[in-house]
Amino acid sequence: MKYKGNAHKFGDNINTDDIIPARYLNTKEPAELGRHCMEGVLQNFAKKVNKGDIIVAGRNFGCGSSREHAPIAIQAAGISCIIAESFARIFYRNAINTGLPIIACEDAAKGIKNNNKVEVDTTNGIIRNVSGRKQYKSEKYPPFLQKIIKKGGLLNAIKR
Amino acid sequence: MSNCKLYEIQGEGFGIIFYAEPTADTATGLLRGLGGTGLNLSLTKSHCNFGTKWYNYNLMGYTITEKILRAHSKAKSIKPGDFINARVDFCLGNDITAPIAIDQFEKTGAKKVFDRSRIALIPDHFTPAKDMRSANQAKMLYEFSKKHGIEHYYEVGRMGIEHALLPELGLVLPGNLVIGADSHTCTYGALGCFSSGVGSTDLAAAFITGECWFKVPESIKFVYHGKLKKWVSGKDLILYTIGDIGVDGALYKAMEFSGSAIKNLSMDDRFSICNMAIEAGAKCGIIEPDQTTVRYVKAAIRKNKPKRKSFKLYRSDKNARYAAIKEYDASKIEPQVSLPHLPSNTSPVNKVKNVHIDQVVIGSCTNGRISDLEIAARVLKGKKVRHGVRLIVIPATQAVYLEAVKQGLAKIFVEAGAVFSTPSCGPCLGGHLGILAEGERCIATTNRNFAGRMGHPKSEVYLASPAVAAASALRGRISHPKEVV
Repeated sequence: MKYKGNAHKFGDNINTDDIIPARYLNTKEPAELGRHCMEGVLQNFAKKVNKGDIIVAGRNFGCGSSREHAPIAIQAAGISCIIAESFARIFYRNAINTGLPIIACEDAAKGIKNNNKVEVDTTNGIIRNVSGRKQYKSEKYPPFLQKIIKKGGLLNAIKR
Repeated sequence: MSNCKLYEIQGEGFGIIFYAEPTADTATGLLRGLGGTGLNLSLTKSHCNFGTKWYNYNLMGYTITEKILRAHSKAKSIKPGDFINARVDFCLGNDITAPIAIDQFEKTGAKKVFDRSRIALIPDHFTPAKDMRSANQAKMLYEFSKKHGIEHYYEVGRMGIEHALLPELGLVLPGNLVIGADSHTCTYGALGCFSSGVGSTDLAAAFITGECWFKVPESIKFVYHGKLKKWVSGKDLILYTIGDIGVDGALYKAMEFSGSAIKNLSMDDRFSICNMAIEAGAKCGIIEPDQTTVRYVKAAIRKNKPKRKSFKLYRSDKNARYAAIKEYDASKIEPQVSLPHLPSNTSPVNKVKNVHIDQVVIGSCTNGRISDLEIAARVLKGKKVRHGVRLIVIPATQAVYLEAVKQGLAKIFVEAGAVFSTPSCGPCLGGHLGILAEGERCIATTNRNFAGRMGHPKSEVYLASPAVAAASALRGRISHPKEVV
C-alpha cells in the first residue's frame, strides 16, 4: 500500500493519554474520538490534518494504556500512516490488528521535518521524504504479521 | 570407525553419543528422561575430522516466561522472536475496552464465546457510572454477559478493580496464560503466570478462538539483593527500576523480578511491582512462584472456590537466556517519587523539597490492596490531613473495603479527614472521584503521571508508595514517612 501526505512531527513517548485523553473514553464513536485526537499534546490537531497526512514521531510512540481508542482516533482524524523511531508494544499490536499502517524507522523518523511531504510504500518498506529529497528503507513486517495485515486485520485473519 | 556415523547430544556438563541418527523428538524425550524439563533444543550440525557427522543438540534453558508460552502453544520449542498462537486460560475486559471488543465480536457474526467460564467482564473504570455515556458502556458489559452466560461479570457492589479482584478470587493462577484488554494486566505475573495487556480486537478474537498471538519476548532478569529499609515497599523498587531503565527500557521484553528482597515481599508488594512492568514498556512482569505465592493462591481458592483449581509452578532454568541481567542492592534504595510527567522521572523522596500538594490519592490496581491501606493508616492514625489538602482513599475491591472497615482503617481515614470511596479506577486515569483543576498537584499511589492524566492538562501527578502519599497528606507537601511517624 502507498500513502502520501504532510508530516506532523511529535517527540518521544507520545502516550495514549496524549493521543486520546481518558475524559473522552466514555464513547467509542470514531468521528468523535477523531475530533479529540492528540488533544493531550496539541490542541486542535484534528483541524490541522488533511486526509492522508502522516504522523512522524520519536521513541516509544503510543506508550501507556491499551485503549484501542488511540489508533481509532488517529485514523478517524484522517491520518493514513505513522512513522516512529519505535512503538510501544500494545499500540503496535492494536495498529496491526485494526489495520492502521505503522512503520518503525529511526532514520526516517529523525530525518523528516514537520510539514515535509512524505510518501510511504508499506509493501516494500520504502519511505520517501519528497521535500527533503531523501529515501529511507525500513524492515519488512515478519511473515506472521504480514498475513494479518493482508487480511485487513486480526478478525478477518481468524475467520476459518 | 571412520565410516561410522556418530550423533551426539551435548548439554551442560554431559553429552550422549548415538549410533543412529536421533530425531529431535527422541532427543527431547531422552533428555527429559534425564531430568530436564522444558529443555530448549536447537539442532546444529557440524563435522568432525573423520568426516563423521555430529549433531550437537545444544541444551539451552528456558525462562519462566518462555516455558509458559511454550506450554500454551503447539510449538515443540520456542525462542525469543518467534511468533506463536497461544491458548488463553483466562481473559478480561472493562467498561472502557470491552465495549469495542463486544462490537468487534458482534461484527464477525460469531454466535458464541469460546468458554463462558474463562472470560471476566468488569465495569471498574468509570463506575459507579460517572455519566450517561459511561452508564451505556457499562450496560453493554452486563447485556453481553447475560446473552452469552459469561460467568464472571461483576456488578457495582460486587466489583473491584480488575487487577486486584481476579487474583483475590483465585481466577488467575500460577502457570496460566492470561490476556486482558487493559495495559495493567501484567499485574498477575506476580503469581508466576504469563499475563499481558492487549487491545480490544485481541480480546474479541480471544472471545471467539480462545487464542492470542504473541511474539515470544526476550527476558531481562532483575535481581534485588539485601534487606529493604524501613518504609521501602514493592512500589519503591519498581519506581527505582523504571527510573534506572526508562519508560521503554524493557520494550517488548519480559521483566523477571528475583532475588532475596523479592522473596521477602508480600504478595501485595509483588503485585505492585509486576503491575508497573508496562511502564517500562514490558510485555509482562513475572516472579517465580514460591511458598508465599502458593499460600496466597490456596487461600484464594479455598475462599472463593473457582471452577479451575489446579495450577502449575514454573521456574526459570539455570541456563536460561536473558537479554540482560540487572542487579540492585535493594538495601540502599530509598522511598521513591516519580516527578511529572513520566514514571521514569524518579527521585528519592528526601531530595524532593518543598513540593506542595493539593490532593493525595491512595488506591488503584497498583496500590489499593489491604496492606497498602494498612500502611497508610499506620501513618495517618490519630492525625489530621493538612488544611487545604484532599485525601482520597479508594480500596481496590469490596473485600478490601470490608477488611478496612473491620480493621478500623476506614475510621482512621475518615477521622483524619479523608474520603473513603467505593472501589473504582476513578481518578487514576482522570475518570472521576478526584479530577485535578488547572495548576493543581497530586501525589498518588497510581501508576502513570503523564501530563493531564488526572485531569487538567496543566495539572501535575507525582507517583509514590502509600506510606509516602499518606505522610504527604499530613504535611501538605511531599514528605518522607519518617517526618511524621
